[in-house]
Amino acid sequence: MSKQEIRHYVCVNCPVGCDLEVTVTDGVATQVSGNACKRGIAYGLDEATDPKRTVTSLVRVTGREMPLSVRTESPVPKKLIPECIAALREIDVTPPINIGDIILENICNTGVNVIATKEIN
Amino acid sequence: MAQTLCGNPTTFKTDIAIIGAGAAGLAAAVSAYDAGVHDIMVFEREDAPGGILKQCIHNGFGLQRYKEELSGPEYAHREYAAALQRGININYAATVLSIEPNTTLRVLSPEFGLAHVEAKAIILAMGSRERTRGALRIPGTRPAGVYTAGTVQRLINLQGIVPGKEVVMLGSGDIGLIVARRLVYEGAHVKMVLNRSHFSGGLRRNIVQCLDDYGIPLRLLQTVTNVYGRDRIEAVGVSEVDKPTKQAIPGTEERVSCDMLVLSVGLIPENDLSRAAGISLDRGSQGAIVNEQYQTSVPGIFSCGNVLHVHDLVDFVSDEGERAGRSAAAYVQNEGAPEQQTATTRIVPGNGVGYVVPQLVTPAAHDDLLLRFRVRDIYHKPTISVKVDGETVKTFKRPILIPAEMVEIHLNAQLLAGHATAEIHIEAGQNS
Repeated sequence: MSKQEIRHYVCVNCPVGCDLEVTVTDGVATQVSGNACKRGIAYGLDEATDPKRTVTSLVRVTGREMPLSVRTESPVPKKLIPECIAALREIDVTPPINIGDIILENICNTGVNVIATKEIN
Repeated sequence: MAQTLCGNPTTFKTDIAIIGAGAAGLAAAVSAYDAGVHDIMVFEREDAPGGILKQCIHNGFGLQRYKEELSGPEYAHREYAAALQRGININYAATVLSIEPNTTLRVLSPEFGLAHVEAKAIILAMGSRERTRGALRIPGTRPAGVYTAGTVQRLINLQGIVPGKEVVMLGSGDIGLIVARRLVYEGAHVKMVLNRSHFSGGLRRNIVQCLDDYGIPLRLLQTVTNVYGRDRIEAVGVSEVDKPTKQAIPGTEERVSCDMLVLSVGLIPENDLSRAAGISLDRGSQGAIVNEQYQTSVPGIFSCGNVLHVHDLVDFVSDEGERAGRSAAAYVQNEGAPEQQTATTRIVPGNGVGYVVPQLVTPAAHDDLLLRFRVRDIYHKPTISVKVDGETVKTFKRPILIPAEMVEIHLNAQLLAGHATAEIHIEAGQNS
């Protein structure tokens, strides 16, 4: 017998905020209902399968009081956010730094680089 | 230099003086330059450009303007780079003390001391400030540890200081939601976010990605009714709120321990300079009353960005800055063509509308007139209608309108010509 469950999400694509019901069969998201447009389907399936977020945070700068702001170049799996934050806490960078400089390659084996979002001379 | 500081004020003459080098001021400077006015002075009280964007290290900026998702500092850098490329003169640590008659500014700076800046036009781009505990009249003691959300954001993101570990937040505006997530990342425990009304003032996306993702409860219809602690805050009293009256219900207070209370209860355009200069303000927007050229009641003074009305997206701030910049440039080039104040149409907020910008439309308005406004409530499938002399001349359908999002409509200004007033109304759809 296949195991089926219904998960609930609020679509964030637009301010309507549809209440989505995603059917998950044997751990695989199979069906979305409650969506007013097709963007809701993709969002519902992603949220139920592998939700992703862009992580933005800070790293220490050697010899400076002000931290450096950074972000992941693209979204990373939501469940890895605490690990990503912990990894960034271990980093010290040395100026000069330009916007877009890679601060950490392949964070937590996600295949995603962390880049600087601020210039420090 | 010492002589300058102690002696008579320096006098500068310029075509356009801009107050503030945030998103609005930078865009205004660049667009005025591109419209052919190159003699521009920007005055910024901080030591770097970008305004509030500097501390907004989260992503979500620029989707409209740059078609990509940037963080605040990256967005600010692009705007600044455009000004730098044109050699626009930005003065830092320069505080404007007052706006004097004849479009003159009094400015104080460590570089040139006190200066009189005689401009042909002035653009107000001072941004907004946060509402504070005083504005809410929260009873209780006055300990340390009560902060506005933007102050916490600044302390963490620009100074590397996390000012609390056990946090209660009042209000769920977008800045607060973003700061709640930031606090979690920095190891703090955000116990709850309280919201006096039955809906959040923040965007749905931020509620999901900043609260739900981290298991932070959003408690609607609850508010802070007491503050405990002598030197440092120890706890707050949290009470339920009666929905119809929006008043706290006596006897429902619960004591919640915390070492920080964060307030995210709205922004107010920072118009102290404008008010002192006698510029007419709108009680709804809390910004200057402007015409479609973004010109205020004082000829030659223009306003844009959060000092005009509080925006939801910086992309719209930049757009408004550009519009004001172009208008100011045209004003300078035409040597201050007189306003035809008599034939203007007044735009009046009707049912469900908090305010409309611009508030005045002159006969000089182009066919494509942009109106921006905020609604007071949530409307599903509403109709926006524009009425002149009680007659509907134009309607717009929208899937939803919410107070957290600014609304834009484009109107043919011809529809308003010759009418003293036009009203914007929201009519609820069938299912709300």
